[in-house]
Amino acid sequence: MTAAVIVFPGSNCDRDAAVAIQRLTGEKPVMVWHRDSEIPPCDLIVIPGGFSYGDYLRCGAIAATSPVMAAVRRRAEAGTPVLGICNGFQILVECGLLPGALLRNASMRYVCKDVHIRVETTATPATLGARRGDVLRIPVAHGDGNYFADEATLKLLEDENRVVFRYCDRDGAVTARANPNGSIGNIAGICNAERNVVGMMPHPERMFEPELGGTDGAVILRSALGLAA
Amino acid sequence: MSVEAVARPDDLMGLSEEEYDRILALLGRAPNRTELGIFSVMWSEHCSYKSSKKWLMTLPTSGPQVIQGPGENAGVVSIGDGQAVAFKIESHNHPSFIEPVQGAATGVGGILRDVFTMGARPVAILNALRFGSPDHPRTRYLVAGVVQGIGHYGNCIGIPTVGGETQFDASYNGNILVNAMAVGLVGADRIFRSAAAGVGNPIVYVGSKTGRDGIHGATMASAEFDDESVENRPTVQVGDPFTEKLLLEACLELMATDAIVAIQDMGAAGLTSSTVEMAAKGGLGVELDLDRVPTREPGMTAYELMLSESQERMLMVLKPGSEDRARAVFERWELDFAVIGTLTDTGRMVLKKDGLTAADIPLKALVDEAPLYDRPHVAAQPRPPLDPAHYPDMPLGDALRKLVSGPALASRRWIWEQYDHMVMGDTIGRPGGDAAVVRVHGTGKALALTTDCNPHYCAADPRTGGAQAVAEAWRNLSAVGAEPLACTNNLNFGNPQRPEIMGQLVGCIQGMAEACRALDFPIVSGNVSLYNETNGVAILPTPVIGGVGLLADLARRVDIALRRPSLALIVLGGDADAPGWLGQSLFARQLMGRDGDAPPPVDLAAERRAGELVRRLIGAGLVAACHDVSDGGLVTAVVEMMLAGGQGASLTTPPFLAPREGAVNGWLFGEDQGRYVVATEAPQQLQEQAAAAGVAALVIGTSGGDRLTVDGREIISTAELRVLNEFWLPRYMGAPAAHG
Repeated sequence: MTAAVIVFPGSNCDRDAAVAIQRLTGEKPVMVWHRDSEIPPCDLIVIPGGFSYGDYLRCGAIAATSPVMAAVRRRAEAGTPVLGICNGFQILVECGLLPGALLRNASMRYVCKDVHIRVETTATPATLGARRGDVLRIPVAHGDGNYFADEATLKLLEDENRVVFRYCDRDGAVTARANPNGSIGNIAGICNAERNVVGMMPHPERMFEPELGGTDGAVILRSALGLAA
Repeated sequence: MSVEAVARPDDLMGLSEEEYDRILALLGRAPNRTELGIFSVMWSEHCSYKSSKKWLMTLPTSGPQVIQGPGENAGVVSIGDGQAVAFKIESHNHPSFIEPVQGAATGVGGILRDVFTMGARPVAILNALRFGSPDHPRTRYLVAGVVQGIGHYGNCIGIPTVGGETQFDASYNGNILVNAMAVGLVGADRIFRSAAAGVGNPIVYVGSKTGRDGIHGATMASAEFDDESVENRPTVQVGDPFTEKLLLEACLELMATDAIVAIQDMGAAGLTSSTVEMAAKGGLGVELDLDRVPTREPGMTAYELMLSESQERMLMVLKPGSEDRARAVFERWELDFAVIGTLTDTGRMVLKKDGLTAADIPLKALVDEAPLYDRPHVAAQPRPPLDPAHYPDMPLGDALRKLVSGPALASRRWIWEQYDHMVMGDTIGRPGGDAAVVRVHGTGKALALTTDCNPHYCAADPRTGGAQAVAEAWRNLSAVGAEPLACTNNLNFGNPQRPEIMGQLVGCIQGMAEACRALDFPIVSGNVSLYNETNGVAILPTPVIGGVGLLADLARRVDIALRRPSLALIVLGGDADAPGWLGQSLFARQLMGRDGDAPPPVDLAAERRAGELVRRLIGAGLVAACHDVSDGGLVTAVVEMMLAGGQGASLTTPPFLAPREGAVNGWLFGEDQGRYVVATEAPQQLQEQAAAAGVAALVIGTSGGDRLTVDGREIISTAELRVLNEFWLPRYMGAPAAHG
């Protein structure tokens, strides 16, 4: 199992993702610089959190046009699993690999805290080791995580069972109170039609060992890394 | 032409007439405008410490753990295994009042640069914030802006903001305090310093381009405010955390090579102070060609270039021949890189612009000959203690409800949830406890971090207040099980030219020095912010301490959360027979309307005994939870432990208390110093060890249930406490903000 982590100059969860991957697989991932137009052969591409190019414009808008994202697109279209976390999700949306948009949080404030998310489908690389309905406690940390899509897109996502995670309370109930950013339908993560590209706002790499307060994030990472039984 | 004959300019740029005369004497001629600007910032209070230096010299700054004390960009302390921690706290008070978002953001940016200039990778940020009364029309706007600014900078650059403190008091209505502390990790043998060396070596400018922002910021930060001060907005710099991230990574990458001789960030007074400090420390001279400075706009004058405080810039002296290698690193990170001058042996700073000499000043005149003042100071009048006979018989439940739901004690969650406090993946102890705990990356060790100050104690008795700030920081580190290593201080005061203000500064420093010595807790870096006054009204004296401690084994740590029922609650430290000291307590100030009494005394020997015992007990695994007793006293500590862990608690008052509510209030809300509430499964063992250590250990109750009871009386449910405690700040901030 080889994983690649994409590094933009303003990525700041690239090391966290690499540490988690190494701890779980015993192997260091390949770090791929934003100017590279080729990605070495790998079984998983992670686009980590951060502020890609500062994100003073719409988050991920400039990153979407970077050389490395052209390479990510080619690999995604060829079927390589891609996991975009936080800024990675924003970039995947901006470059059209995932539908919809991530708006400013409804509170208009950045939010960093643990949330609960419910696994809505196990038919993605990020969730194949989980069970449908599992409730995971994982942190979010973002200012622009308010997922939005038009009605037709939402219907498509629901009909094709492409909502991967929803914000919920600790018992799994999807409530407005449990929604940290105003996302439509409490959507925390989605996948593409081919199901190999997953974007999610919560940070599984921040909750993969007991010292960090929990291990629920490891469920997602182990799935994506092909370690799920 | 005699020196006296030169017409002096109308605007002395913040310098006094006597200081201007001193410049004339030092130069033997009148300075031109650029030179006067350079003197003005170098001799400003902010850069020269001219009022405080005499007293700062009395602070203890050494110890076997100290690798670098004050005088560099940050202090450095060993944490064993060849590793070290670099840290410093710095104020950005004046700019944050004028423009809160950018003022606070650039405060964070500046202190981060101080830390990575030492070669350290920053791993944590803390903030000590003081705002005006919640009723003041500008407070909400300032809170919102400062929190946004701090948050955005730290969140974007990707360094966790893990702790700090926020207080409200009317004395800060016209002068808020924004003190930012940064902490970084560095190999003990990979520390970089700022003293230039090697005549002929190239001086290199890296980072952002220079613009016309922040010109004379250091001068502005060295003056009082009046009604027009918000018009100073152009002196506030604009922060760009993305560029700082690039600068951080590029600097650390170059620091892994041997290319750098010396490095200095461009903070207050920008290119001027960085150039002067590097050259003066190295005992050399410098010649700069200002035409080579990367600029944001054409036509900038020498004066503007030297005084701009544009952010995210760094000055380095490189080894000859390493320019190309260094340039490649900075170009990879898409940053400007320019050789702008060379080191000389002249002892002078010579600036060239458009082929002409724009300034020529002996460096000694700027640094060694800078004015130093021994300003007159008067000690504060001692206050009488508050007689326990006057403790009011207010119903305990009412008092607790008011305090827990008020601005002083209300949860700060609304603030710290806007800070990414987990990025970098090593935040073990999150905000909300006594000290934040950040793992030393890739090890089983951790740093414990805190900031503390009680300005009310300082105002009532500067010496006690100064000692208490140190003791409380030391206590907060001990309360998580960490060995306190060293601290950094941020001295925020009013106008030092007023003897009573100078008396506060002197008293607080004396108290700090005493406490640092008694606790072996040296001050290795710091910052002084004076002239925090508006129209002659000063802030409360606020000497903030940022403390750093080491957990050798992060598995042996505790937090404040009462997670299980049936734990014995024991107060360690203090005097087990004391009735409780309400003078200057939150209870007295908020519920009795009294602020004229003496604060609780600080017994440093007892403080040390209690702290060492607590650490030993935590290390031995005898402690399930621990919280220091501070604002709001014993009952507040217990309530915070209940809320953090979701358990109730039953307390029993000691038999010696008089049978009236006032006596109970005094005992529960008294702020006697040097105490901890610990929860344990082994009360007997713990009491035995306390007795052996000569530390009082009073059993005060047990954990469990869903409410707080005192002597069998039901006081309040945990659920209600939570609502009260969480309610105030979001509701306060939810109301529309009054701008400007």
